[in-house]
Amino acid sequence: MKLFNISALLSGLIFGVGLAASGMTNPDKVIGFLDIFGQWDIDLLLVMGSAVFVTLISFRFILKRDKPFYAPLFVLPVSSLVDKQLIAGAILFGIGWGLYGYCPGPVIASLAYLHVNTFLFAAAMLAGMFVAKFLFVKK
Amino acid sequence: MAADFSPFLYPILGGLLIGLSATLSLLLLGRIAGISGIIWGAFAPRGLEARSELEDGAGGEFGFEPGRLWRLLFLMGLVLGSLVFHIVTGRPMPVPSDNAGLAIVAGLLVGIGVKLGSGCTSGHGVCGIGRLSLRSLLATCLFMFAAIVTVAVIRLAGISV
Repeated sequence: MKLFNISALLSGLIFGVGLAASGMTNPDKVIGFLDIFGQWDIDLLLVMGSAVFVTLISFRFILKRDKPFYAPLFVLPVSSLVDKQLIAGAILFGIGWGLYGYCPGPVIASLAYLHVNTFLFAAAMLAGMFVAKFLFVKK
Repeated sequence: MAADFSPFLYPILGGLLIGLSATLSLLLLGRIAGISGIIWGAFAPRGLEARSELEDGAGGEFGFEPGRLWRLLFLMGLVLGSLVFHIVTGRPMPVPSDNAGLAIVAGLLVGIGVKLGSGCTSGHGVCGIGRLSLRSLLATCLFMFAAIVTVAVIRLAGISV
């Protein structure tokens, strides 16, 4: 299981470098990307596009395997259900993202910059997850 | 004059690295690199973690409960990775808005939203679309749309945040 944990750290490191390099950890840039009626900054479309380009190809091959390298099984989302919960959740997330410019990956990666508001956002986000889990999420 | 493609270099390189990380997560760990799910699994109270973790016992060493340690390591990697990037390249670290109230309100909305919607930009956007999940594609379109409308409303209303 050592290799499993090392792989998790490595994967996180690469993700963190990718987020910082791409500009995703810069809320001004993210809001510039979302501002399609203003000075639209298309850079982040390239980020999303190149990331999805990689996963669209690699996932096809990986999921043909019986199991991953360092775990006994693939743990994949099973639900294909589109319900009110998914729709409401995606919309609320989008509003929060547009308001401040942080989504979950970038806010964690941005903790490295040591700004108070990044910690406030991350704490509020975790609190929001608990609120949603205990008040709204059925299951 | 030759076109200057360098502004596109970092976004493309960054995107490829994010795709590579998602690829390694699936190939080595068998997991979806969905950050909101990883955060929840790292901090959720005992008993609320994913059932599969208890079944395969992943990352339960050093006194950590199954499913916690690898997620904490992944998140630590996120922080270290971005730190290393700025130190190595010398590119300036971005500064977020100084509106603390807005950070808290937006953080709460993002937290509630990703829990209800079962994912964020990475899980639905990068990995879900990579798995050809229609549910993830729909979620991605919805949160992009909501974010674009939010930014447009703020712009039209002339509110400075």
